[in-house]
Amino acid sequence: MNDMRPINVAAVADVPVAPFVPGPAGTHITIRGLTKYFAGWPLYENFDLNIPKHKIVSVFGPNGCGKSTLINMIAGLVPIDAGEILFDGKSLADTKIGYVFQNYREAMFPWLRTIDNIAYPLKLAGKSKAELDRRVAELVASFDVKFDLNRFPYELSGGQQQTASIMRALAPEPEVLFLDEPFSALDFEMTLFIREKLQEVFMQTGTTMMLVSHDLEEAVYLADEVLLLTKRPTRIAEILRYGDARPRTVATLSEPSFIATKKQSLEIFQREVRR
Amino acid sequence: MAEAAAAKTAPWTGASDAAPALPQKFPWARLLPALGPVLLFVLWDAAVRYGYIKAILLPTPWDTLVALVSGLAGGPLMIDFAVTVKRTLEAFAIAAIIGVPLGVLLGSNERAYRSVEFLIDFFRSTPSSALIPLFLLIFGVSDVNKVAIAAFGALLIVLFNSAYGVMNARKQRIMAAKVMGASRWQIFKDVLIWESLQPTFVGLRSAVSMALVIVIVAEMFIGSDTGLGHRIIDAQQVLNVKSMYSAILSAGILGYALNVLFLVIERRVVHWSGR
Repeated sequence: MNDMRPINVAAVADVPVAPFVPGPAGTHITIRGLTKYFAGWPLYENFDLNIPKHKIVSVFGPNGCGKSTLINMIAGLVPIDAGEILFDGKSLADTKIGYVFQNYREAMFPWLRTIDNIAYPLKLAGKSKAELDRRVAELVASFDVKFDLNRFPYELSGGQQQTASIMRALAPEPEVLFLDEPFSALDFEMTLFIREKLQEVFMQTGTTMMLVSHDLEEAVYLADEVLLLTKRPTRIAEILRYGDARPRTVATLSEPSFIATKKQSLEIFQREVRR
Repeated sequence: MAEAAAAKTAPWTGASDAAPALPQKFPWARLLPALGPVLLFVLWDAAVRYGYIKAILLPTPWDTLVALVSGLAGGPLMIDFAVTVKRTLEAFAIAAIIGVPLGVLLGSNERAYRSVEFLIDFFRSTPSSALIPLFLLIFGVSDVNKVAIAAFGALLIVLFNSAYGVMNARKQRIMAAKVMGASRWQIFKDVLIWESLQPTFVGLRSAVSMALVIVIVAEMFIGSDTGLGHRIIDAQQVLNVKSMYSAILSAGILGYALNVLFLVIERRVVHWSGR
């Protein structure tokens, strides 16, 4: 938690303190002067970024550019060397976040029944049994859960486990939801299903989401903004806006606007990989 | 690629050939575990019957089994058996009650563990039977002595396994709890302890075996008038081989039964292990 406190840059490096520049209206997460070294080499150096509120931002970039590291730093899982990250002007400690891991097997607690896994963050927040039951019932309804939540996670299929871990992340009604390649361990059928659920939840709640994906189609399909990163030291290559109406469907995938955004993303990506 | 394809098709044709014949056959495979013991008894019987080993040194298996059953069914062997079980379980209980909490505590503070790691590893590597004279000095020739030294040997195993269980807890589960807002204490009680359960059980199972070994050795060499170890040595001195072998067999049965018992408990408690 200490890592997330604003750092006095002047004390760390011998540079004048840059005045804090707020993002444009509607910015949720403001990242300023983010610096992260890995084994002596800069991964991020003086990195600035605005994440808009009530939007889905997909993070896409070359291998090793630190897509996951970026959201892990914002979520407080990886300490930062310097910089400031604010959520609506608050620190992480004052912000409710949810996080969905790629490896659901090692993210769920196998000693708890699935339903208790989903309720766990509510328990941490000191919610009463009644509140807890009400919220879980709400999630079950909105996710249209057909499997038995009284089973242990390891008794469920991969897709069911990832559905449950998304429910767990959403249970405390987080301000921001982070998703680190949530679909890459799933088969195609399950990926489609959970993708639709995620879109539904987003349309209902408008939760700000940051999605790391290695699948460009998926990244564009879900995104309001595609954040394209360069090779390390990582900078922003481009931020593409993609505004097709929701709910997006299979038909969206053949819309000219979708194809154009995907093509443009790919061009930028290839340009950055070759650079 | 060609190899992979071949490997995929090969078991399939094999399975389709064998499948129709299977249901009618008697499940011989189930009897396989009995083959070893039967073979041993046949060889043993032959060795005695044809005089390869003098009957005064080795009774027939049948005589030994009769001595074993009649001894355990209310004979003097039963009392020695019960005494050894009692000492082993006492030693084990002491080791578990001290070792598990201490191991978990040391494991959750890696610096504390490193500071005592050498001592634990050193005494874990020292055969506990070599310490019998030391314990004789402290506890004298008493019943407490036998339990104390067995508890000591078992304790180190439990301690080591529980500590490593905590230290090797899956990082992602800890991160998942952290991102949901769990405090250090909540991570400890909701994740670390659970993560350490499986290695702890491995430790407990080895510890009960170790306790039995040391109790038997102590009963042999620390003046004792009860227990299986005492019985084995006494019978050997007067060449009462039937009594000796039945005591040895019952010690084996005890060790095996304890191991199976702990495996069953482990599977019940750590139901998620290996899944």
